[in-house]
Amino acid sequence: MLRRHVFSLVAAALLVLGLADTTDAQDQFIVVQSTTSTQNSGLFDHILPIFRDKTGIEVRVVAVGTGQAIKNAMNGDGDVLFVHARAAEEKFVAEGYGVMRSDVMYNDFVIVGPSADPAGVAGMTDATAALAQIAEAEAPFASRGDDSGTHKAELTLWAEAGIDVVAVSGGWYRETGSGMGVTLNTGIGMGAYVLTDRATWIAYGNKGAYQIVVEGDPKMFNQYGIILVNPAKHPNIKAEAGQAFIDWVLSDAGQQAIADYKINGQQLFFPNADG
Amino acid sequence: MAIDPLTLDRGAATPLLATSALCYDAGGKRLIDNVTLSIRTNRRTMIMGANGAGKSLLLRLLHGLLEPTEGTVLWHGRTPGRAARLAQAMVFQNPVMLRRSVQANLRFALAAHGVRGKDRAEQTDQALVMARLTHMARSPARVLSGGEQQRLAVARALISKPDLLFLDEPTSSLDPASTQMIEDLVNAAHAQGVTIVMVTHDLGQARRMGDDVIFLHAGQVAERGALADVLAQPTASSTKAWLEGRLYTAKNP
Amino acid sequence: MFSFFDILTEALGLILSWDRALSEIVLLSLRVTLTAVALACLIGLPAGALIGAFRFPGRTIVTVILNALMGLPPVVVGLVVYLMLSASGPLGVLGLLYTPTAMIIAQTILVTPIVAALTKQVVEDLHGEYAEQFASFGLRAHDRIAALLWDARYSLLTVALAGFGRAVAEVGAVLIVGGNINHVTRVMTTTIALETSKGNLELALALGVLLLTIAVIVNAAVMALRASAVRAAYA
Repeated sequence: MLRRHVFSLVAAALLVLGLADTTDAQDQFIVVQSTTSTQNSGLFDHILPIFRDKTGIEVRVVAVGTGQAIKNAMNGDGDVLFVHARAAEEKFVAEGYGVMRSDVMYNDFVIVGPSADPAGVAGMTDATAALAQIAEAEAPFASRGDDSGTHKAELTLWAEAGIDVVAVSGGWYRETGSGMGVTLNTGIGMGAYVLTDRATWIAYGNKGAYQIVVEGDPKMFNQYGIILVNPAKHPNIKAEAGQAFIDWVLSDAGQQAIADYKINGQQLFFPNADG
Repeated sequence: MAIDPLTLDRGAATPLLATSALCYDAGGKRLIDNVTLSIRTNRRTMIMGANGAGKSLLLRLLHGLLEPTEGTVLWHGRTPGRAARLAQAMVFQNPVMLRRSVQANLRFALAAHGVRGKDRAEQTDQALVMARLTHMARSPARVLSGGEQQRLAVARALISKPDLLFLDEPTSSLDPASTQMIEDLVNAAHAQGVTIVMVTHDLGQARRMGDDVIFLHAGQVAERGALADVLAQPTASSTKAWLEGRLYTAKNP
Repeated sequence: MFSFFDILTEALGLILSWDRALSEIVLLSLRVTLTAVALACLIGLPAGALIGAFRFPGRTIVTVILNALMGLPPVVVGLVVYLMLSASGPLGVLGLLYTPTAMIIAQTILVTPIVAALTKQVVEDLHGEYAEQFASFGLRAHDRIAALLWDARYSLLTVALAGFGRAVAEVGAVLIVGGNINHVTRVMTTTIALETSKGNLELALALGVLLLTIAVIVNAAVMALRASAVRAAYA
């Protein structure tokens, strides 16, 4: 009988431990819906502690594809949206989900490929020409295929190259439906070319025999924007703390913190906030 | 309602347990067929008959473990309810021991009968002494030998102080020494006023213990009465055959 | 590339250089999973026992549904819980999304059918043995359930472990409802997914080895408890 009580006590203790919200009520935090590229590059780990030390506000980052981040923000499940798909962001604001969009920083996309370079595109600086050449050679190409900012940028480039990738998907054109890192893992595994943002690539740890084959095309410019989710749509939005974060990111201090983030001496993001 | 002639003969009051035109069907077959009988208070009734005669089935119908297809069972002249169940106990051919200690098995039966915690320990100790299992009190019940398990089963059935104890061939797989202990336990309970209904295959055991006997054949009562009378002068041909050790079949009556 | 030797070295290094960030992740994993398993047992044990011990109309259908729910895809559970807890969802006002509580809810939903279905099987078998004796004792329904659960307790520990195994290895549901937020909802499996996506395969696998080790330790602890209880529980 005693044992029975011991079991129930243990169970009760577990429940109390598990369900009690250990977050200190005085801790202020906001949720930022952002993208895997910013998260995986390590940028947030660099800049968020600086912001927290200054304001005491904790920033909780949910890193998903841009498409999912925007949908989550539309549901009110985040105070700030920090992504890289300008058209979608502007639509988000125009539909009243966001208050205002501001440019924060940019990096650029690059095409990485195996050193064997089956399509012979290494060294090209014209992204659309390179993609046309890959399509011509029917060399394998791994796409995010997940409606993310990177995916949207890639589709724009294919459209400019005049290639209908939807029609050839499943052949040499392969959609992983995954984040950047998983797509890189998959692409490298099957010897495919991959379009990736430079930040993720620099921070990526499993490069193998892969290298950047195409870079430097202005069309591969990758602009990040930041938006406060509209508190008029969702009363739970912490507008004040969210705006404080946006203000800081756009301030000289925030922009400097972004510029200071480097891996192996390489700067990953280039701040370009207005003013 | 059919009236049990035996009850009238003896001029007794309402019998402890009585059935009227009891039938039980399974798989489209009538396994218990029109059984009317009564069990008298403080008698030891043996239920006998060949394999497949329906002895165990009848016992389960009497105890209420099975619902009769037709007919009724009456306890003190009334439809048995939960009180009847708590005033009866049963020992099965293969004892069903809970996965607990010997004493926990006894305490479980007491708890099932609503005995309070304080009284449980004392009654458990008495039952352990009675079953000669005190030295095994803390052993898991399921590691006991067959004889010990059956002793525990009898003690567990008796610990709730039932008015009526059913036993279904409790000694069929036991050696003589173990059988003796079981019979002693049952007889001691009978001496304290417990009515006994026991299925047995063993004529010697019936002679040692029985006051009354019910012979079953093919689901029907072949004959019944005081054990000594029936054994001395069996009337049914199936009973005669059984007592003489002959196989009694439809082809070979 | 990498070898298993490298991975084991990395795993060992990870354990030797045990830091606060790692213990935070491991502890959160255990807290979320153990709480979810405890809740799932609280619901699933009696429910499974009821279905196992009693006949009622629709029992077969309930059993089929329960068995099918054992295969619930974690991502689907995650999505459903997300839709419930989202600020736009019916339970949005509770503000539970992206908290450990949300992860516990998702894992509880995931594990409860496993606990209930396996309990049903264990109890059904045991009840087959006990049914007549219990009927003879005149036992009431709740006493039957309690006695069956208690007598099946050692088998049910294994049932709880099966639930634990499912929960601790699960990533799809906790990723969606927890958001894999550093220091808040980051657990071992979401960390493994994150490190994999960063291309840190050795680190991801080392974390996998650590997760496996913890699962082995939990299993061994439960089995040791069981063994000593089997020896001593007959008081």
